Amino acid sequence: MKLYELTAHELHDKLMGREISSVELTNALYERIDEVEDKVNAYVTLDKENALAQAAKVDAKIAKGESISVLAGIPGGIKDNISTKGLRTTCSSKMLGNFIPIYDAHVIERLRADETIFLGKTNMDEFAMGSTTESSYFGVTRNPWNLERVPGGSSGGSAAAIAAGEAIWTLGSDTGGSIRQPASFNGCVGIKPTYGRVSRYGCVAFASSLDQIGPITKDVTDAAIVLNSICGKDEQDSTSLNVEVPDFTKALVQNVKGLRIGLPKEYFGEGIDPRVKSEVEKAVKKYEELGAAIVEVSLPHTEYAVITYYIIAPAEASANLARYDGVRYGYRNLEAKSAAEMVTLSRTEGFGAEVRRRIMLGTYVLSSGYYDAYYNKAMKVRTLIRRDFEEAFQKCDLLLTPTSPVVAYPIDGKMDPLSIYMLDVTTIPVNMAGLPGISIPCGFVDGLPVGMQLIGKVLDEATILRAAYTFEQATGYHKVFAPLGGKHND
Amino acid sequence: MKVTAQDVKYIAQLSRLIVPEADLEKSTEEFNQILNYADILQKIDTTGIEPTPYVLPISNALRKDVAKEGVTHEEALLNAPEVYNDGFKVPRVIE
Amino acid sequence: MTKYITVIGLEVHAELKTKSKAFCSCSTEFGGAPNTHICPVCLGMPGALPVLNEQVVEFAIRAGLALNCDIKYFNKFDRKNYFYPDLSKNYQISQFDKPICLNGYIDVDVDGVEKRIGITRIHMEEDAGKLVHSGGNISTSDFSAVDYNRAGVPLIEIVSEPDMRSAEEARAYLENLKAILEYTDVCDCKMQEGSLRCDANISLMPEGATEFGTRAEVKNLNSFRALVRAIEYEVERQKEILENGGRVIQETRTWDDANGKTLSMRSKEEAHDYRYFSEPDLVPVELDDAWVERIRAELPELPAQRQARLIAELGLPKYDASIIVSNKAMAEYFDEAVKTTKDAKGIANWLLGDVSAYLNNEGITISEFKVAPAHLAELVNLTKEGVLSSKLAKKVFAEMLKGDKSPKILVRELGLEQVSDEGAIMKLVEEILAENPQSVADFKAGKERAIGFLVGQIMKKSKGKANPTMVQAMLKEKMQ
Repeated sequence: MKLYELTAHELHDKLMGREISSVELTNALYERIDEVEDKVNAYVTLDKENALAQAAKVDAKIAKGESISVLAGIPGGIKDNISTKGLRTTCSSKMLGNFIPIYDAHVIERLRADETIFLGKTNMDEFAMGSTTESSYFGVTRNPWNLERVPGGSSGGSAAAIAAGEAIWTLGSDTGGSIRQPASFNGCVGIKPTYGRVSRYGCVAFASSLDQIGPITKDVTDAAIVLNSICGKDEQDSTSLNVEVPDFTKALVQNVKGLRIGLPKEYFGEGIDPRVKSEVEKAVKKYEELGAAIVEVSLPHTEYAVITYYIIAPAEASANLARYDGVRYGYRNLEAKSAAEMVTLSRTEGFGAEVRRRIMLGTYVLSSGYYDAYYNKAMKVRTLIRRDFEEAFQKCDLLLTPTSPVVAYPIDGKMDPLSIYMLDVTTIPVNMAGLPGISIPCGFVDGLPVGMQLIGKVLDEATILRAAYTFEQATGYHKVFAPLGGKHND
Repeated sequence: MKVTAQDVKYIAQLSRLIVPEADLEKSTEEFNQILNYADILQKIDTTGIEPTPYVLPISNALRKDVAKEGVTHEEALLNAPEVYNDGFKVPRVIE
Repeated sequence: MTKYITVIGLEVHAELKTKSKAFCSCSTEFGGAPNTHICPVCLGMPGALPVLNEQVVEFAIRAGLALNCDIKYFNKFDRKNYFYPDLSKNYQISQFDKPICLNGYIDVDVDGVEKRIGITRIHMEEDAGKLVHSGGNISTSDFSAVDYNRAGVPLIEIVSEPDMRSAEEARAYLENLKAILEYTDVCDCKMQEGSLRCDANISLMPEGATEFGTRAEVKNLNSFRALVRAIEYEVERQKEILENGGRVIQETRTWDDANGKTLSMRSKEEAHDYRYFSEPDLVPVELDDAWVERIRAELPELPAQRQARLIAELGLPKYDASIIVSNKAMAEYFDEAVKTTKDAKGIANWLLGDVSAYLNNEGITISEFKVAPAHLAELVNLTKEGVLSSKLAKKVFAEMLKGDKSPKILVRELGLEQVSDEGAIMKLVEEILAENPQSVADFKAGKERAIGFLVGQIMKKSKGKANPTMVQAMLKEKMQ
């Protein structure tokens, strides 16, 4: 086994047992990055010097016999929309191509307190708008399972880095599926916590009422470990919940006996690739074998979720991205003769096509005369979508669905925006309702990973972690490594 | 058709963006594709349904009125594209 | 010729006297080098989030209660979207459809006529930064620099009903509003520094009409004088348009104080579509009885109550009382001074007369006035007791302004005690009578005026110190 193939909890044991040092481990990761990054392009920015300095500090602590956290000295990657003081944070946009944050996101402060290592910033769809990572200004990230395929998105770099062994753990952000869908496409574990569990302070806003940071890891145990580090009330985020955070690793028990797993029928109908459906159904069987009770439930407003999302998220984004005007930071057109012209040209030149499209859509649905028909209507439908879940959870403890109706598709730009949007139908409703959702690998189609999604009640990450852990330990899909196959650069 | 090329231009202007003439037709088409799809929402009766602006039922996240040091002047201007007299320089404000 | 009725509504922005900004912990201190009271939040840095300052809500409730408003228990914030370089996020956090206060009023008194001016709403919002122009002004500058020190300072916007019908009513409304905001200590109301700002919506309608005319919104009114002049100018401008058969256009205009004109701000006219929606980064603020009633119980005495007290308990004329209470610092000075004198009217006379004249001359406020209230009271007492004539009192007052010495000490130092000793005055009377036989004869012949001359002579001889009432009485007695 190569070091980069191990999990955080395995590596922690090796650090504590003095089998390896954090500097050794960190160097091993950078060597792996050197080896495969040309093919994968998971990172936008690397920070080797600081990473090694931090690793040396952790090694010194271990040498002195001081206690360290599980994540101490373990190298990870941070999605490039999470603010890291002094380290370029671009959101994979030309707009922020040279932007150096002057403060750390709250999750970064927590991870620094745990003395973890930041290898660099991972690639993403520009401003997290997309599900393929193709809209990155810094080039597409390629799926390590097949380099001709998309890694999903928007946290495509964070998921591909895990699959390619370029990081032990990563952070992503999830507005409509941006952690879970790439985790699914790359055979990783990805969890979007309950809205408000993790502070959004320092996560560059896309859609504020939907955004949530979460980990992407090789297994469920690592996901619980990273969650332990990043969850908790933050006074800088008004929407951060003031509730007790359990030790999520305590939820990692192999037992689903008596657990009621709901299958929302709308998620297994039209539009789903039958091969994906079949893999997920096998997983359902496995749960039955393991003693869970399977119940069919209905989420009747599912068909409205995608369009509701594509009204609400762009509306919020149109305001959130208004600050990129070339005045205080970011890209500026230097030829403009007036402030208004400078702002318009800077935005037109600094943003990519998908970002511009969504800003305009959001502007439109909020504009005078259309607010009620679109935005306000969508906000009401959101209420109905939320209620669907409340009712379903009367009958079950968690829900099981495919994470995506498809496996990773080719990088060819052949799909029109709406068709791509439609594929988010399985992940979007979870954000609309603010619920926790995890994606774990559950099979393969044509050598490409299939993910299943477990959706929990508000603040009940523990139950989905337990169910995910039980399945993982009973199967072992997480132990299959990506071949870095495909024709690209071979 | 929900929006015309003219509408798209106006929305671009409100968004402080420019849609190049060459892309206008395609943009208008994409806009209409999504807005037409949004018609399915009209099937749902939302009478008496409250919107969900806040997904969680929390309120009164308040801060005490205590002044603290912010960032330094240098940090504030670190990313400024252009600086003039300790301020963020912008071209003339009135056209 | 058609007679027109002027219709005025005011929108007043008041900066709240919090220590920190509305949504971040940066200091609200005025002044400071550009871009020094800032942080990621008020700079609109990517990823930064707002957290509401509790004191903003507290102040908004306090102002609302003092302005007789209904306080709304469910509050949320909204984003008001527009691009301007001084607005760091290019949206302003404000309250749109659920303002914290509704349906208030202020009673004003113009030339003895009482009138109630309605307040539509009060809402909480944040201030923008400041543009500093490279050339003289916004139109001639090639470029500008933005300073975000004021960005995020909390404001309340107080919107009146269009209930005012003259510049005087508007002025009275604004004066009363300012006094109430000062009394409740929610705003320092320095119009010059911009902590209290006023926009006026002005329209005309023909007498007898039932609908208001088209209004112009005039901005940049940063003094009472500017408000009055701008209204007067707008009324004339609009009247001329209407009389010539034209139509007033609805637009934003700015007051050009130097030239005494309002000017169209066409650049601000471009399609305003603020696209308000609930601010998802903030959660609702829900008030309860306990919160609101505590603030109600803590409300200080307000100008109207104070005025009633000064009239009822101290016997001040209504005019004097209204002027004194209109300025919180003046009212506090007055209350302090009357602690050591029974002559409240005497204090009022000084404050409204020589003290105000001095302050105006120096361009300072009463807070910067060096004479202690107790010393002014002492001066009033000395006059009342007949120790000082009113003429000498003015002399002593002039000395008090040079350094805040007790008037008693100054009277002694300057040797100004009034001579009220009968023997001493009689001696002066006899001397003067002896020196002016012609005047005595005139008086005896019935020329009453002659006595004035004789009093004058005696005062001159006594260097103003003789008690004039006694001099007059003794002269008459001696000559009869």
